[in-house]
Amino acid sequence: MNRTALAGWLFVAPAVLALAVFFAVPVVGAFAMSFTDFDIYALADLGNLRFVGLGNYETLLATPLFWRALANTLLLVGIGVPLSIGASLGAAMLLDSKLARWRAFHRTALFAPVVTTLVAVAVVWRYLLHTRYGLVNYGLGSLGIEPIDWLGDPAWAMPAIVLLSVWKNFGYNMLILLAGLQAVPEDLYEAARIDGASRWQQFLVVTLPSLAPLLLLVAILTVAAYFQLFAEPYVMTQGGPAQRTVTVLYFMYEEGFRWWSLGSACAVAFVLFAFMFVVTIVQMRVARRTAA
Amino acid sequence: MTSRRRFLLASAALASGPAFGQSRQRVRFWAMGREGEVVRELLRDFEREHPAIRLDIQGLPWTAAHEKLLTAFAGDAVPDLCQLGNTWIPEFAALDALEPLDSRVAAANIPQDDYFPGIWATNVVEGALLGVPWYVDTRLLFYRRDILADAGYRAPPRDWPEWVRMMEAVKARNPKEFAVILPLNEYEPLVALSLQKEEPLLREGGRYGNFRGEGFRRALAFYLDLFTRGLAPPANDTQIANVWNEFGKGHFAFYISGPWQIGEFKRRLPPQLQDAWMTSPLPGPTGPGQSIAGGCSLAIFRRSRVKDAAWQVVEYLSRTQTQRRFHEMTGNLPPRRSSWAGALEGDVYARAFRDQLDRVKPTPKVPEWERIAQEMRLVTERVVRGDFAAAEAPVELDRRADRLLEKRRWMLARAAR
Repeated sequence: MNRTALAGWLFVAPAVLALAVFFAVPVVGAFAMSFTDFDIYALADLGNLRFVGLGNYETLLATPLFWRALANTLLLVGIGVPLSIGASLGAAMLLDSKLARWRAFHRTALFAPVVTTLVAVAVVWRYLLHTRYGLVNYGLGSLGIEPIDWLGDPAWAMPAIVLLSVWKNFGYNMLILLAGLQAVPEDLYEAARIDGASRWQQFLVVTLPSLAPLLLLVAILTVAAYFQLFAEPYVMTQGGPAQRTVTVLYFMYEEGFRWWSLGSACAVAFVLFAFMFVVTIVQMRVARRTAA
Repeated sequence: MTSRRRFLLASAALASGPAFGQSRQRVRFWAMGREGEVVRELLRDFEREHPAIRLDIQGLPWTAAHEKLLTAFAGDAVPDLCQLGNTWIPEFAALDALEPLDSRVAAANIPQDDYFPGIWATNVVEGALLGVPWYVDTRLLFYRRDILADAGYRAPPRDWPEWVRMMEAVKARNPKEFAVILPLNEYEPLVALSLQKEEPLLREGGRYGNFRGEGFRRALAFYLDLFTRGLAPPANDTQIANVWNEFGKGHFAFYISGPWQIGEFKRRLPPQLQDAWMTSPLPGPTGPGQSIAGGCSLAIFRRSRVKDAAWQVVEYLSRTQTQRRFHEMTGNLPPRRSSWAGALEGDVYARAFRDQLDRVKPTPKVPEWERIAQEMRLVTERVVRGDFAAAEAPVELDRRADRLLEKRRWMLARAAR
């Protein structure tokens, strides 16, 4: 190894060491643990630990609640991600518009939910969504729509959670996309206008292609975030009603820290990892093909 | 202040204390929620009485307490003394984390027969006493006297048939409202109803579920019937944003809950309704019923090196006058009958609890119980919501309980060999 390479290694050593100790070791440990029945008895005495091979994974795949959690999560990702990115893009474009007044104020206001404590948000939303007194149902009522039991009706609880998490999180992507929009050269729009492009055509041929790399980044981050959604159902519904809002991460938390079945909780983590890995690869492939 | 003066002051303080020359023993005491806040004040006199003991009190939020205790056990950082929910004791017994207290209780001035027997029993796991009850908790009926009177009843129900008649009468007054609220995300009401028979909820020493047994089937049928008759709304408590408000508005007349609600009802119901509510023991199938023996105990960890000092704290907190003071500070109900003399006797809302506490039973003492109870709630919720046939519920529950108890069976079989 020459001196330059050695110097390079020395420079990255602290980061690599930290990653090894705080990331690689726990991940390997968790992977090993996912093949055991580590539980409260094993915590008392490691002699009570049994190697169960793929047992945790098998039980997991045979647990209806796990599939329900997975279905809930996929629904959340399927609806939440497009809605969230759509809301972010829409808000970013409004902020970027030359007609916008009080831009700094609006930007801060729209970003505020991201930095607000979720627990405080949840208290307010619980009142907004209340069947009898909620503002949401009051608004729907004035349109002649019967009150909806948002958090209590198994069919509506997930949409309510999606609504909350979109509202809570869209501001972050909005800022990223806003930065992207501001970097789109004005002359491209001008050229498009001279060629007679309508607003919609300008959006399709100028805005979207210019934002493509950012949209890919935002999509990957958002998908990862929605796959790992936990706090929203935790504070709003505790997974209910009828377990309609149990997400995979919520399921894992309950297995691991409520029931102390760490072995099976680790198995859940790796199954979720596999899912996210596949989805991200697909996203990258699609992005590469459309870019090519 | 110069460092020299500080030194002089410090040595003066040391010299004046009787602990001079010997190190004071430090007792680490963890307490949860409201108890964690008041216990420092409660123990001020203890510290005066025992200058050789220094208390290091830490409050934990209830939501994180269980997790924190288990992590502390795994990380070898448990306290000396801890407040433990008495349903957690079997779990810590499985970890072999708690010090048996039988001989200490026998030597001390703690008369076991002064304690409510059902409550005391929750602390005994496989013959060993692992905690001393600190305060008690059980579930019973909170009801609206005015609504009941309007429906033609002067006294609360004593048995199930009478209770159902009353609820039908309440419902008939206003068919849009309900008679009772049984939040589907709480398992306690159903567990309380299931304790009526002698038959335990788990069989063969907690090796298998016993939900197919007559006792549970009967309780389940009664519980589900309340929903099918439209007496109880199929709702979670998150749907009922404010229980007190809804109770005040008369959206329901009965509510099964615990002693902490006395203070809440006093505080949150409007003044004109303060005479309109009351508590009553839980009705049973044919007469006054059994309920859950809940509450918290004080437990000493086996790994503690200051067990004698920790025990002094337990003794102090078990005195009747300390328990009375503790009740004044928190509203928690004391576990010793003699501690109820005085102010508590005059409390009309506490009377029903005093009566009920003579009829409380522990839930099965296995570490897996809470999870099994949770499954019980999930399965019944699905029955109420119509995803599951009522007749299949006991079979499904036994199947789930047996699966959760598999490791326990393996452990017991191995220990027997």
